[in-house]
Amino acid sequence: MNTIAATEQEIVEEFEMFDQWDDKYQYIIDMGKTLKSLDESLKTDDRIIKGCQSKVWLHSYVKDGKVFFEADSDAIITKGIVALMIRVLSGHDADEIVKAPLNFIEQIGLKSHLSPTRANGLAAMVKQMKLDALALGATLKS
Amino acid sequence: MEAGVKSLFDVQKLRAEFPILSVTVHGKPLVYFDNGATTQKPRAVINSLVEYYTACNANIHRGVHSLSQEASAAYEQARESVAEFIGASSAQEIVFTRGTTESINLVAHSFLSPRLREGDTVVITGMEHHSNILPWQVLCEKFRAQLNVVQVLDDGTLDLKHLNSLLEQRPKMLAITHVSNTLGTINPIEAIVRMAKACDVPVLVDGAQAVPHMQINVRALDCDFYVFSGHKMYGPTGIGVLYAKGDLLNEMTPYQTGGGIIKTVAFDHTEYVNGALKFEAGTPNIEGAIGLGAAIKFVTEVGMEAISQHEMKLHTYARTLLKSIDGIRFIGEANDNAGVISFVVEGTHPFDIGTILDQQGIAVRTGHHCTQPLMERFNVPGTVRVSFGVYNTIEEVDVLIAALKKAIKMLK
Ligand SMILES: Cc1ncc(COP(=O)(O)O)c(C=O)c1O
Repeated sequence: MNTIAATEQEIVEEFEMFDQWDDKYQYIIDMGKTLKSLDESLKTDDRIIKGCQSKVWLHSYVKDGKVFFEADSDAIITKGIVALMIRVLSGHDADEIVKAPLNFIEQIGLKSHLSPTRANGLAAMVKQMKLDALALGATLKS
Repeated sequence: MEAGVKSLFDVQKLRAEFPILSVTVHGKPLVYFDNGATTQKPRAVINSLVEYYTACNANIHRGVHSLSQEASAAYEQARESVAEFIGASSAQEIVFTRGTTESINLVAHSFLSPRLREGDTVVITGMEHHSNILPWQVLCEKFRAQLNVVQVLDDGTLDLKHLNSLLEQRPKMLAITHVSNTLGTINPIEAIVRMAKACDVPVLVDGAQAVPHMQINVRALDCDFYVFSGHKMYGPTGIGVLYAKGDLLNEMTPYQTGGGIIKTVAFDHTEYVNGALKFEAGTPNIEGAIGLGAAIKFVTEVGMEAISQHEMKLHTYARTLLKSIDGIRFIGEANDNAGVISFVVEGTHPFDIGTILDQQGIAVRTGHHCTQPLMERFNVPGTVRVSFGVYNTIEEVDVLIAALKKAIKMLK
């Protein structure tokens, strides 16, 4: 499995192929469509990260000592970016996840989507992924 | 451009008065369809602010020196303009506030609060902006009064029978929007005020979305309070209006206290001035009032009737084109509409549509528009809202339609 940094780099390179905004967004939309939906039973209120407009559900768990994420959103662009986040962060050590700089979002020109004013729950989701990693990491150590 | 759609004024010439309309967004010309949230400002308004600070800045109602007299005169002149603009009987019926929200809070605190008792009722409607829900809800909770909500029908109009039955319970207040910010529905306010008066119910009308689009005459409406914001009618932010009929202001106690509202202050007793100034404690937003005066002059010169007709043309044209788009569902289908179109597209989220439109330079509002109960009523997470202003054009509608089709193609 790639390191977080390597996956980030891979995504940056993928996005370099797009010089039109619509190709870039189409790619994100398609990723949103292909990301496996979260099982309805996991779409509980305590897993909701509320943005003002679109909702994100985040399910975090540990398997074989690594932290995994599954997530979903009611908006497809949000879900596409969620898919990117999962691709980068899921399946790594808690420590690595907590420390990940996640510069790729800025490099692929989606930084505005992560701004807290964007009202789509993404900024809050990234924070929650790191918090969950921290908490799950602590249970692993104890 | 559709043949026969001719404007009542030269839109291109008018657009040149709005400097911001020449900016680009993501490299595309800005198409601004978020006028319900706030309108752009014409040069006349921007210049009035610059001129105020350049030539006549001073504190008002305080100094004997010339600048202060001049600033006071300009501020009071703005109050006169507002009074005339909405057909008030006197400038003393006009209080300057921060905006619609503050005006409503002021009435809740200074008018309703001293009158409300346990078991009383207060009536609002299911299409109110949060700003016209929360101040009443808070008071009702405090006094254990009942907040009753008039139902919204499927077409986005009010259930007037329901309203009447709630009025018959003699509520202490009816607070109702003139135009729904989410649906565009124009409520039959004159008839509604008459119904309320028949039951002796005081009425506050939220005119935030009406004032920019139609001629208002508060005397004809006969409401007790009428409130609106400057920034939604081409004026500056941070300035708004509370109209209170006749002597009502004299019966009310100040909402905030401080300098500028007193006749005499001693440590054991204070006597307040009468009229509007009693509700303007502290140094007010002088530039804002002056800027609002300039905005009123601007819309009056274009002509409220011409603005209405222009926006109606855009509305009709846009709705006709939108209707032909597969899977579109309009939220709000009232015949009387003040230039707002709210819709969802089956299988897409409003946020996604808004994002793709933004990439194409088009500013629309998406989300719940501060009317969450209304979104629940129509069972949608939010809508895409297109709201027109005086400077919008038929060509911009064409751009929107093409951009929306592209968005749907990408998303589906
Ligand atoms: C109907 C209505 N009422 C009240 C408000 C609140 O106005 P403001 O934020 O200017 O106080 C708005 C603004 O969106 C509105 O549309």
